[in-house]
Amino acid sequence: MDTFLGLDALMLARIQFAFTIAFHFIFPAFSIGLASYLAVLNGMWLKTGDRVYLRLFKYWVKIFAISFAMGVVSGIVMSYQFGTNWSVFSDRAGPVIGPLMAYEVLTAFFLEAGFLGIMLFGREKVGPGLHMFATLMVAVGTAISATWILSVNSWMHTPQGFVMGENGQFLPDDWLAIIFSPSFPYRLAHTLTAAYLGTAFIVGGVGAWHLLRGRQTNRGVKIMFSMAMWMAAVVAPLQVFLGHEQGLNTYEYQPNKVLAMEGHLQSYDNGIPLILFGIPDQEAGIVRYKVEIPKLGGPILGKGWNASMDGLDTVPDADEPPVAVVFWSFRIMVGLGMLMVLVGFWSLWSRYRGNLHYDRWLHRAALLMAPSGLVAIIAGWVTTEVGRQPYTIYGLMRTGESVSPIAAQAVGASLMAFVVIYFFVFGAGIMYLFKLMAKAPEIGEPESDTSGPIRTAGITPGAGPEVSPAE
Amino acid sequence: MDISLDLTIAWALLLAFAVYVYVVLDGFDLGIGILYPVFPAKEDRDLMMNTVAPVWDGNETWLVLGGGGLFAAFPLAYSIIMPALYPPIIAMLLALVFRGVAFEFRWRANSAFTRRFWDWAFIGGSTVAALAQGITLGALLQGIDVDGRQYGGGWWDWLTPFTVICGLAVVAGYGLLGACWLNWKTSGELRDKSRHIARLLGFVTVGFIGIVSLWTPFLEAAYFQRWFAWPEILQVSPIPVLVAGFIVLLARELYNEANDWMPFVLVLALFGLCFVGLGVSMWPYVIPTEVTIYDAASPYKSQLFMFVGAVVLVPLILGYTAYAYYVFRGKMEKGEGYH
Repeated sequence: MDTFLGLDALMLARIQFAFTIAFHFIFPAFSIGLASYLAVLNGMWLKTGDRVYLRLFKYWVKIFAISFAMGVVSGIVMSYQFGTNWSVFSDRAGPVIGPLMAYEVLTAFFLEAGFLGIMLFGREKVGPGLHMFATLMVAVGTAISATWILSVNSWMHTPQGFVMGENGQFLPDDWLAIIFSPSFPYRLAHTLTAAYLGTAFIVGGVGAWHLLRGRQTNRGVKIMFSMAMWMAAVVAPLQVFLGHEQGLNTYEYQPNKVLAMEGHLQSYDNGIPLILFGIPDQEAGIVRYKVEIPKLGGPILGKGWNASMDGLDTVPDADEPPVAVVFWSFRIMVGLGMLMVLVGFWSLWSRYRGNLHYDRWLHRAALLMAPSGLVAIIAGWVTTEVGRQPYTIYGLMRTGESVSPIAAQAVGASLMAFVVIYFFVFGAGIMYLFKLMAKAPEIGEPESDTSGPIRTAGITPGAGPEVSPAE
Repeated sequence: MDISLDLTIAWALLLAFAVYVYVVLDGFDLGIGILYPVFPAKEDRDLMMNTVAPVWDGNETWLVLGGGGLFAAFPLAYSIIMPALYPPIIAMLLALVFRGVAFEFRWRANSAFTRRFWDWAFIGGSTVAALAQGITLGALLQGIDVDGRQYGGGWWDWLTPFTVICGLAVVAGYGLLGACWLNWKTSGELRDKSRHIARLLGFVTVGFIGIVSLWTPFLEAAYFQRWFAWPEILQVSPIPVLVAGFIVLLARELYNEANDWMPFVLVLALFGLCFVGLGVSMWPYVIPTEVTIYDAASPYKSQLFMFVGAVVLVPLILGYTAYAYYVFRGKMEKGEGYH
């Protein structure tokens, strides 16, 4: 058989897709959150006239530009990879998912790209009103983009609204049913919220970093930290709820995935335990060294305390997802989610005590948790995508049937190129992001500094501490 | 002719339009990268990049529309062409990674060494992307082995003298577009040098257009038939005549210093005519002599669903894209940076 380093073309294509999409996903997730944050900051600047919001906008917009560029270039790769590596899938599913992706390009990509230039470079040229409009269009574009692509993804998980053509193609029958497939609302809510929450934790982490370095006199730093912690306190618990709802939806349509997530390799006839930890052994059909809470698994899945349930032992081996990956990635996501909720509540307590900007342990925790949102997004993505194996279109088309008739050497060589270039290019990009984040937002505008010894502080209430010589 | 056939033609035209817009728009900003080596001074390079920084992203989106549109409207063609052209497509994608990030990273570089590195990423990325796109076009023209609903050839079939010539032709053509853009958007020495380079690349590009145009009819009997059989020759002859006319106009504009935007517009027209010529050769195939646009078409319901949106959205997109160009209109001066 045609192989490359012992792997066949199918496995190589799967690794390549997983690798390129995991890298790609990070940047749009951050861009979705940051675009909205920038729109809020710009709106606050226009509404209040407080220059601190303008400075925060200018600070984060540089970071946004780099992240957005990395999202664009890694995204173009995705739109062609369907064809290069998954041509059989593309041929058969194209009539259904192709139009949704075309709508993503027409309604979102052009909108983002068309107004990005004005948002980044055009404030002086178009005036504040149109600049705000451009900023909003970029933010709206990122969310529209997520909506379409998650609609595509959801249809692949919970396909409906199609008929089978004689040539093996999935043909559209009812577009509304296709767009609003059963898992779509849950997936959209959970994923978009993840993007906003993940971004909030990065913003909070950057704020915490500067607070730990004693920049309490920098209002920009304090405001970004405070805003991020509000998000953590309010949105993290909401996200736990949304995640649970998506889990229930998944249990209804893709029970095997939930069985893998929960480690239910065995069936139960009197109460379902909640397995906290353990080492799943898929071949033996058991979870070794497990730590479990008896009976709690039933109520979590919407069943009774003494419910019975068929486990993965009742599923043919060929239809099972790889359990260990799903089991562990799910635990990483949930664990990080719980820690995010904890940081949110902690911040509320500190805020209540008036200590938000001086609680060094909170700042340390927030700094440590800065990447948690993005890590949780990737872990959640792995959970849902590996959990739906061995199918690309759930229950209907297997991954093994979807791959291109391409030589393993070609896929292997391109995979190596992707790995080397992505680590190098995006590694450099992330380093540039860190360098921008390591600098604190400017304390005052250069032009206002020249206007007098106490600058124009008179028109900006609360700007007093900024002229402190501490920075 | 029933309506679903009309829709298929409409989609073929719309996609051809998207690819044309991509070629001329990303063509000039890829051209900036291709021309970087002959402008070694940092201030020149800063300015050159700044003339395209606000718009390159939108330009590249047309490539996504081209690929996504092919996937959606002609999925069979998409799923045969992509594996057939695997190495050049992957090379193009990776090249676009390098040049796309260079737009941002170049300004973040903290030493002359790293800035030069990202300059070269920009040069290499732009050139390889242009070369790969030309090779892709050439490989499509020379024909692709089809086996059932799949690509039937090997993974090096795309590499022939003809495809290499097509690749070089596109590099020269994008360079010409870039030089005409700089001639329009800059002033002083930079503009003078750009005009000089545009003259040179004008000759080179016209030479390549000649070679590819004369070679193409001999690739397939169907192409020869289309261009040289009587009376078809009467219908198609206006194309080469118009091409020749526009070449004369372009030469006149490039040597006559009167007008700085006209050469760019004339190159757009020249490329448009070349595009029509390609269409004449390939019609009605999307993969010549193997798969027609009707064979590859997605069902009526898919094409209609997208068409309804495209009719509204494409004019809107053209509108706000034009607005973005309008905002950043006029010549740009040195030091007038955005970063």
